[in-house]
Amino acid sequence: MLRAVRGGRAVWAPRGGSGSGSGGAKLGRPLRTAAPQRSDIFRELGPRLSRLGQALRGQLPESEGAWNSLRPHQNSPPPPERADVVVVGGGVLGWSVAYWLKTLENRRHGMRVVVVERDPTYSQASTVLSVGGIRQQFSLPENIRLSLQSATFLRTINEHLWVPNEPPIDIQFQPSGYLFLASEHGAATLEAGVKVQREEGAKVALLSPSQLKAKFPWINTENVAVASYGLENEGWFDPWSLLNAFRRKAMSLGVYSCVGEVTSFVADTADNTPGMPRGVGRVKYVNVRLPDSPEQQPVSCAIVVAAAGAWTGKLLDSATAGLQGSLTLRRLPIEPRKRYVYVWHCPGGPGLETPFLIDTSGAYFRREGIAGNYLGSMSPPEGREPDVGNLEVDHDFFQEEVWPRLAHRVPAFRSLKQVKSAWAGYYDYNAFDQNGVLGPHPQLPNVFVLGGFSGHGLQQSPAAGRVAAELLLHGSCAAVDVGRLAPGRLWGSEPLLEAAIV
Amino acid sequence: MAAALAIRGLRGGRIPPPPHPTGPLRGAASGALQRLGEWFYEVEVVLGWAERLRRRRLRRKNAHYSFIQSLHGHNVAAACFAMSCGGRVRFEGQQRWLCADSRGRWSPEVLQFHHVPVVAVDLSGSQLTYDGLDNFVLLTKLQHLDLSGCPHVDDWALGRLHVFGDSLQELSVARCPRVTERGLATLHQLPKLRCLDVGGLAVQSPGLLRILLEEMLPQCRVLGMEMEEGDPPEAPPELGQPPPLCDSAVIGGRVVPKWH
Repeated sequence: MLRAVRGGRAVWAPRGGSGSGSGGAKLGRPLRTAAPQRSDIFRELGPRLSRLGQALRGQLPESEGAWNSLRPHQNSPPPPERADVVVVGGGVLGWSVAYWLKTLENRRHGMRVVVVERDPTYSQASTVLSVGGIRQQFSLPENIRLSLQSATFLRTINEHLWVPNEPPIDIQFQPSGYLFLASEHGAATLEAGVKVQREEGAKVALLSPSQLKAKFPWINTENVAVASYGLENEGWFDPWSLLNAFRRKAMSLGVYSCVGEVTSFVADTADNTPGMPRGVGRVKYVNVRLPDSPEQQPVSCAIVVAAAGAWTGKLLDSATAGLQGSLTLRRLPIEPRKRYVYVWHCPGGPGLETPFLIDTSGAYFRREGIAGNYLGSMSPPEGREPDVGNLEVDHDFFQEEVWPRLAHRVPAFRSLKQVKSAWAGYYDYNAFDQNGVLGPHPQLPNVFVLGGFSGHGLQQSPAAGRVAAELLLHGSCAAVDVGRLAPGRLWGSEPLLEAAIV
Repeated sequence: MAAALAIRGLRGGRIPPPPHPTGPLRGAASGALQRLGEWFYEVEVVLGWAERLRRRRLRRKNAHYSFIQSLHGHNVAAACFAMSCGGRVRFEGQQRWLCADSRGRWSPEVLQFHHVPVVAVDLSGSQLTYDGLDNFVLLTKLQHLDLSGCPHVDDWALGRLHVFGDSLQELSVARCPRVTERGLATLHQLPKLRCLDVGGLAVQSPGLLRILLEEMLPQCRVLGMEMEEGDPPEAPPELGQPPPLCDSAVIGGRVVPKWH
């Protein structure tokens, strides 16, 4: 029977090889040389189980990458429905106000402060793209006082912002000072400014061209009539460390941080007293649009702090779309202006003593590290502002405008061949008078405007945040009288001009 | 006590670690308290109080001696402050250093130096801070300043030394844990400096920094920053051989102490 089957075509294929192998004395199947099957299972069991464990843990709702359909906003929770103060904008000014509000409040957890930031990666924020300098050489006493108090804050930053069980904060401050050069044309303004700075307590020295050459031999003093050099409390630091320090401390004090974009305010005039002028109302709700969704969350609040940096004007414009009644808001002249920063390497350049030098033409540079790298730029002249739609860098601007001026002032830079790296950032530019705006909006009394610092917001942020918090909590600020910086002046006819804008 | 502090600072001992804000608690106790503080709010609050108390004590130690200054002049006030910190002072025309005794009290003979300028201050190993330098900024003839081993002297405090630009010839910031290359860059304001001791500082690329310092201060002798990282300070010269430039024998971070 078997033979008959085997002779023809076998219906079933015999196991382990061709037909000639079965039933005979010869063993057709070769001996196995691999390890036995049993230990394979156990050897791979350990790694397989750990991979399975990792995959399962990754799916748990609490882990970083998991997505839970029932709770899609696990990692970026929506803002609460009710809050006391909503700070729009999570840059250094916004977090500074949040920190000071929680520090100066009378009772612990007496206020609910919510900070709403639209971009948690800070890809376009002015704070982190800034060059990070701090100076007291301004012409306005309010600016000098704000800078001095900020410098004291930065010096004692661990007393204010240290959180237990974290390493001490290091903002990497470089106390090298600012050096402003002035030609004969600007010498009188510079000297008047130094007089005001000395009255306020800043330590600034005036240098003649020969003293300048003796101190900094690499400068070409042609066309320099006088120079002012900051001796103390001036230099540059790391803005990201400051932002993170404020954020961490504020969150440890109970500030809520939310990701979202404030699209509109809901205001009405129902609470107006009879004596108030027409066209004034109070904001009742702030509409926050959640990230990656059309969902809007209305947050009812008592006070709104508009610290959105370069987009404060746009925020207040669009936010008045939901106004009831006949409130037409005048436009706030705070807008973004694009500025470039270039980094280059020059081995024979100025040494360790290099200050933050600002040339008579407006070009500036400073040392970066100790390996011969420098970074610098120039503010474009009036009327030739670059387009603010994106953060693309224009390298021709360096070749044509910045480098000739810097190479004229510092002959060592003539030999530099190329730019190592460059980036662009926005100034929150106050188109009216390039000075900060601090105070309640004249038409929406519970909206506090904090912005428009035009390039010196970072260095004044600790003190400006404190002044804003004191104005909100106590109604007046003892340390610095910032009545002149109120937003009301923006629609008047007297600009509060600042002479030393870089 | 004061003398012991002075010697420990002068003798090139170990670098004091940068004072962590939780303070100089040592050993297992501080680690256990910190771990408890991570779990219990009460412990965290108590640790915060302890930190605030420590800071208040430091501030009181570095108070401005304005009363003595108004009464006896800024030289005497600076000398009294230095001695109460555990340091030593030397006046112009004097050979010996004045310091406080083991109990921390200084003798009233210092009050007779009303109009004599202070030329040398030795504050090594003391708890001097930025605010404590208020007592010294009016000294116009200071030539020698020793701040080695001070755990609270940082880059901000170095930025204040520009006031001694006309007179300071010897400066030591060896083994100050908070001083970095950023503070050293401000020392170009001291053109009369002849001897700078920067041994034992926590900097990256000490060799490069030494070259940059020598370029910045061409007439100054830079001690203590060797080409290889982690190199021990230079060996002191044999006894009997006069020390080359600095007369207070601050060489390579090691000092032959001068007894008075």
